[in-house]
Amino acid sequence: MNTSPGPESDWRPSATLEVLKLRARLLQRLRVFFSARGVLEIETPALSGTATTDPALASFATHYTGPRFPQGQTLYLHTSPEFPMKRLLAAGSGSIYQICKVFRDGEAGRQHNPEFTLLEWYRVGFDHHRLMDETGELVMDLLAQSMSLQSPERLTYRESFQRHAGLDPFATSADEFGQAARMHGISVSPELVSEKAPDAWLDLLLTHVVEPKLGQGRLTFIYDYPASQAALARIQPGNPPVAARFELYLNGIELANGFHELADADEQRARFERQLHAREAAGLPAVPLDERLLAALAHGLPDCAGVALGFDRLVMLASGAHTIEEVLAFPLERA
Amino acid sequence: MATYSTNEFKAGLKVMLDGDPASIVENEFVKPGKGQAFSRVRIRNLKTGRTIERTFKSGETIEAADVVDVEMQYLYNDGQFWHFMNPESYEQMAADKNAVGDNAKWMKEQDVCIITLWNGLPLIVEPPNTVTLKVTETDPGLKGDTSGGGGKPATLETGAVVRVPLFVKEGETIKVNTRTGEYLSRA
Repeated sequence: MNTSPGPESDWRPSATLEVLKLRARLLQRLRVFFSARGVLEIETPALSGTATTDPALASFATHYTGPRFPQGQTLYLHTSPEFPMKRLLAAGSGSIYQICKVFRDGEAGRQHNPEFTLLEWYRVGFDHHRLMDETGELVMDLLAQSMSLQSPERLTYRESFQRHAGLDPFATSADEFGQAARMHGISVSPELVSEKAPDAWLDLLLTHVVEPKLGQGRLTFIYDYPASQAALARIQPGNPPVAARFELYLNGIELANGFHELADADEQRARFERQLHAREAAGLPAVPLDERLLAALAHGLPDCAGVALGFDRLVMLASGAHTIEEVLAFPLERA
Repeated sequence: MATYSTNEFKAGLKVMLDGDPASIVENEFVKPGKGQAFSRVRIRNLKTGRTIERTFKSGETIEAADVVDVEMQYLYNDGQFWHFMNPESYEQMAADKNAVGDNAKWMKEQDVCIITLWNGLPLIVEPPNTVTLKVTETDPGLKGDTSGGGGKPATLETGAVVRVPLFVKEGETIKVNTRTGEYLSRA
């Protein structure tokens, strides 16, 4: 992917026709899955006047000028359809799903393309454990033709680190994380060596040491994340408090991320504001808060759990592809 | 001082690592959906030849190595140094064993090699991808040993030993891929 051979050869798709047919079959099959369970397919805007505040996500910005906004208006491409889907839930939609393109600036690699296909769904009345059950059923169903898997396993975030990295993520300091990384043969840049934020070390150990061991021959769900990594999940009190969040792995690949959704508008606003401060401290662009989401939460979000699943990665697993380019007709460098 | 950000990382990029010039072999973008992005690179120290792994935070910068590749003609070996000449400027240069390494076995006088210069001095000498060399020694027999997947060893004029098909005779010249060490064809 480093050198483009030029239009005379790269006008062609990077995915085989066979893989594109597999994509189409999987899309059909997942629609059957949700339709049979009475989950409604919906669509929400890809362009929005507001953007995610998450410092780990960079939104593309574009500009609209015309009727309704004669002076012009900045519009952001969504990084996930989460906020408008929650507005639908608050408006009484019941359980819903969406399959759509999402956009993330700065992300390209073996498992990343800056635009990719996300399957996102919300189940009213579910907590994250019930949604893990359903996510497992869907993924096993979609992969049934491609591989045989044992029944899924569930590990807490803490157990996954204890088992695969030999440390307790909740009782380890930045210095000790650094030592652990060295012990696992991970060599980091001088700037990273002096990293003080525990979450950066946890992400390093997760991606370099823990993830490759997850999802071997079966789906692995990781749940009960550090409260500092709650994102949009509710936090369960305890010692330590943990986020009602889960992730799904197969063959070491991160496939899905889910929450028992935070419904408290005040808590949500406080998290947005903390994230905006973190963006400012890191020199990242400020983005407008989604006041409509906060208004919807204030109106009342039904108790629900939601999950986003990377559809392209699912196709990678189903087809045995090594890179995301092999499952996209036209990835970044051919787009 | 020129620098590269992690966004510019790709195979073949020459950077300074721990005070030595190094070449990126492979760069992988790693990022949890909700977390910190990293560049995980495999990188070869051009002085020691050792390849190691190193992880950077996305957006970090690293110093560029003052390295250029030049084409030079191989002249002769004086027992200690390999001497080369720039075919246009006639400028001459000597490379030592560290720079030539195992590639010595493919180097024939007059062949044009690629020399990587660091701060103006030879750091690595790479022979052409394909070289044409004479077979100086090989078993004559066509019957040979068929149990080894066909073929037989042949010693070439530069001292390299490659597997060749049974029909290749002493005194013939053959083409060899220097990157894989494999026989390609009779020349």
